[in-house]
Formats: sequence, structure tokens, C-alpha cells
Amino acid sequence: MKNLILKMADDALIIGHRNSEWTGIGPLLEEDIAFSSMSQDKIGHAWALYRILNEELGGEDPDKAAFNRSVKDFTCCHLVEYPIGEFDFSLVRHFLMDKAEFHRYDLLLQSSFLPLVNLAKKVKGEIKYHVMHADTWMQQLANGNEESKARIQSALNLVYPIAFSLFEKQDDEQAVIEQKVFVGEDVLKSIWVDDIANRIKEFGLTIPSSIDSSAHLGGRKGYHTDHLEPLLKEMTEVFAIDPNAEW
Amino acid sequence: MYGNTFMTAEEAKQMDQTQDNPQKLIAFEARIERGEKIEPGDWMPVDYRKQLIRMIEQHAHSEIVGALPEGTWITRSPGFKRKLALIAKVQDEIGHGQLLYSACETLGKTREEMLDDLLSGKSKYSNVFNYPAKTWADMAVIGFLVDGAAIVNQVINSKGSYGPYCRALERICFEESFHLKQGHDNFVFLATGTNVQREMVQEALNRWYIPLLHFFGPSDKTSVHSEKLMKWKIKLATNDDMRNQFLDQYVPKIREVGLTLPDEKLKKNLETNKWEFSDPDWDEFYRVVNGDGPCNKERLEVRRFAEEQGRWVRQALVNPQDKYVTPFA
Repeated sequence: MKNLILKMADDALIIGHRNSEWTGIGPLLEEDIAFSSMSQDKIGHAWALYRILNEELGGEDPDKAAFNRSVKDFTCCHLVEYPIGEFDFSLVRHFLMDKAEFHRYDLLLQSSFLPLVNLAKKVKGEIKYHVMHADTWMQQLANGNEESKARIQSALNLVYPIAFSLFEKQDDEQAVIEQKVFVGEDVLKSIWVDDIANRIKEFGLTIPSSIDSSAHLGGRKGYHTDHLEPLLKEMTEVFAIDPNAEW
Repeated sequence: MYGNTFMTAEEAKQMDQTQDNPQKLIAFEARIERGEKIEPGDWMPVDYRKQLIRMIEQHAHSEIVGALPEGTWITRSPGFKRKLALIAKVQDEIGHGQLLYSACETLGKTREEMLDDLLSGKSKYSNVFNYPAKTWADMAVIGFLVDGAAIVNQVINSKGSYGPYCRALERICFEESFHLKQGHDNFVFLATGTNVQREMVQEALNRWYIPLLHFFGPSDKTSVHSEKLMKWKIKLATNDDMRNQFLDQYVPKIREVGLTLPDEKLKKNLETNKWEFSDPDWDEFYRVVNGDGPCNKERLEVRRFAEEQGRWVRQALVNPQDKYVTPFA
């Protein structure tokens, strides 16, 4: 169960970090604000998850867990690690990821582990707005002009296979399912695939036909893209100045 | 965050040459005298509109350019608490920009025109953002002292005569008071932390001292006065008065935590009730205002990058049937 919570926390922390990079450089001020706001939510979710690990399961202090771990110990998926790129990339990633997050927390409402149920109740309400934001923009840009439609379709072609890294299983998944903590990644994946397919069709876009996600797996076991290490170095830069100090 | 508006001699001269309908002008000035707010559809002198656009636009630009030096520290903020506070703070600043662009639009200039003028260098932003935020301690100094200075200016301006600007400022000041707490907390935390932290914040303070003195604009002795700006309640206090108020409020708080300011002459003259300090090199101030500061180029390049990279998104939203409507609030 620790692994499940840790990977959720790592995913939320890293995507929150990435989306916070839009603050100040968005395509319009309203989007700076929206991405900034969603990144605060995500970092808040990460904080809450590390706190559950710390308070309920004997894990480290949240600041230590997030800001003082080596890259190999992170279990985030590859999807969250990539740089923000242009708005099309960030939007499609946000659309694919938040749909998965929404369904994941929805499924966790049935968890046998009460702290996760309580968190899921709160988080689901927030992610509902992230999903609305993504849907609105996908709809607008997929139906904007020729350039925006082409950009969104090609971002989708690029990001969709990577998004399957969200559902990479961990070694102890069977135990998590048996203890009814979480129904498992396969269940989540199939709900997500159907939901995404429907929405994409509504937007007038197409899902890439042949998917090979194997190159994007490994994050859950500590094998990451080259983007994660520099990100962590940046994230922990101030701590490194005086590691024994409180900041 | 925003400094203070000031004009060149040439601009002041131009302003005094405009002719308005004398009867309307008398009625307008009487309204201001009575403390009434001027609203978007009301008659107003040509220069009133022009100077307000200039000031509100500069203020709006200062918010979004001001988000850049702090924005670079979001990803490096140490710990959840600091990180969340800083993102929220910078997000607020962008929100202030949005609010101010809207206030300025009520006077007849679109946000797009304003952003174009920012990039072409035609309109300015607060000079203080042309200095780099080199270390994490700069977040403490900016959050506490630059925001503190901005609050002095903004609280005064919120008593001005133009309704939409005053209302925007009231909300901005409310949010800024939280920024100040955030900055103060970080400032005191570093000042009372380990030796490394203390040195960091002292070093940052030394670098920001001059830009902070410059923040309120040139000395009253040398800057161009405009009776009209004061009479019309566009400008409500002189540069020196605001600077003095800032030093009154903040020097004791800096000294209280055992930090120093790098100016042996800095002291309050108890007879005049005014602060005295070494001349903060006004030539440098004008150099930086005119584009030759440490970060002028970088700030505008980042804005230009954002504008250009995001253009396709904005264009995709354009509906040819839509017409531009000037906001009325």
C-alpha cells in the first residue's frame, strides 16, 4: 500500500512542479492563473499523500520525502516528467492525466483504507474543475482553426502512448487489490481508455491507432526519463545550500 | 507591486498645452474636489484619461513583469509551505495584472495594445523589476520590502479619483497584505536562522537597498511636478513623502531582527521628521529606466517569448463575428 500512495504522491508533486512553470509565461494571463492554481492543488495533494505515509505508515517527514530523495527512489511515471513544452503538449497531458486522476480518486472512495477515502472525497471535488478546464480548452482548440486543430491532434499522437505510463503496475499490486485498498491499475486503465475515446470523438479528433507504450514504462520502478534528475536538482537547490537548516 | 509614476519635463510641458471645454472642466474638478469618483462613461479631460491610462498600464505591466523574478524561484522553493505560498503569491500578481488591464480598458485602450506597447518599450513598468533575484533570500526581501513599498504607494493611490482603478487597488491591497506576511515570515525566518541563512538575507538586503530607495521615483527637488495630477487626484503624495513613509515603517523592522542597511548616513532627522540617506545614484536610476539595467532585456525577452509562443492559442479563440466591447466597471 505504501507504494501505491508514494507513486500517487510523486506523480502529483512532479506534475505540480511542471505546471507551476507556466506561471508568468502562459498564452494569456487567465491561463497563467489557471495552471498556477491547478499546480497548487496538485502540490497540495502530494503534500497530503506524503503526510498519510508519514502519519499512518511510518514514512518520512513530507519535506524530507519530497525534497531529499534520490532520483532512483522516485516512482512517478514518465508522463509527468517531461518539460512543459508548448501549450498544446501541456494541455493534452493535463487532459489525459486529470481524467485518470479523477477516476483514480473516484475508485479510491471505495478503499478499505480510510485516510485515502477521506482524501479522495476532498481531492475529487478539486480535480472535477481540472477536468472541466481541460475539456473546455480541448474543445475550443480542437475546433478553433486549422493550426490549433493540427497542433492538438499531433500533441495527442505524441502524449497518448506516454499516458499509459500512469497505469504501470507495481510489484505488490496483488496485495493492494486483495486488501481492497485499490481495485488495480487495469480496472482504472479500462475506464480511462473508454472515457478518453468518447471525449476525443466529441472533440472531432482521433486516437492514435497502434500504441506501444513499453518504452515509457519503468518509472514506477525507479527508471526515469532524463528529465527527472535535473528537475529534482532544481527543486532541492535551496535545501542543498544548508541541508541541516530549516527553511 | 508598483512604484510611482513620474513624468519627464517634455511630457509635463505637453500636458499643460491641452485645451479642454472650460465649463466641463470646472464641473469635473468640482466633482473631484467633493471627493466623488469619476466613472468610465463620465466626461473627463483629455490629459486625465491619458495620464490614467499611462499610470494604470504601467502598474499592470509591473504586476506581470514583477511575476518573472519571483516566478523563477517557484520550482526552487524549499519545502511544501514555502512553495505553495510562493506560487499563490505570484499567481495573485498575475491576477492583479489582469484586474488592472481591465480597469485600464475602461479608458479605451485594449489589453493587446497595452501588451504591444510593453514589448516595443513604449510603455514602462516599475524599475525595481529590472534587477535580478539572485538567491532564495531575494524572495524574502522582495516579498517583505518590495511588496511593502508597493503597499505604501497603492494604499495612497486607492484614495484617488478614478472609480475602477480605486476599486481594483482596494482588492489588490487586501491581497498584498498577505504577501507582506509571507515575505515577513520568510525574512524573519532567514534572519534568525543559521549563519548561512543570515548571511544570505543580509547580502540580498544590501543589493536591494538602492533599488528600494529608487522605487518611489526621483527626489521632489529634481522631479517634475504636475499641479494637475495632484489636483485631479491621480497622484496623491510626492515621491519623497512616500519614500519617507516607507523608511519610517520598515527600517525599524529590519534593524529589529539584527540586520543592517548598507548606508552609514541613513538616519532619521528628528527635527524635520525626515529620513536622511546617501544619494542613491539617480544617474543609475535613469539608466535603468531607459533600458540599460541588469535585467531589462531579459524581462522583455521572456514576455516576448510568452506572447509569441502563445499567439496560436489566442488566434484559435478568435471568432470573426465577435466585436470588441469596452468593459464598463
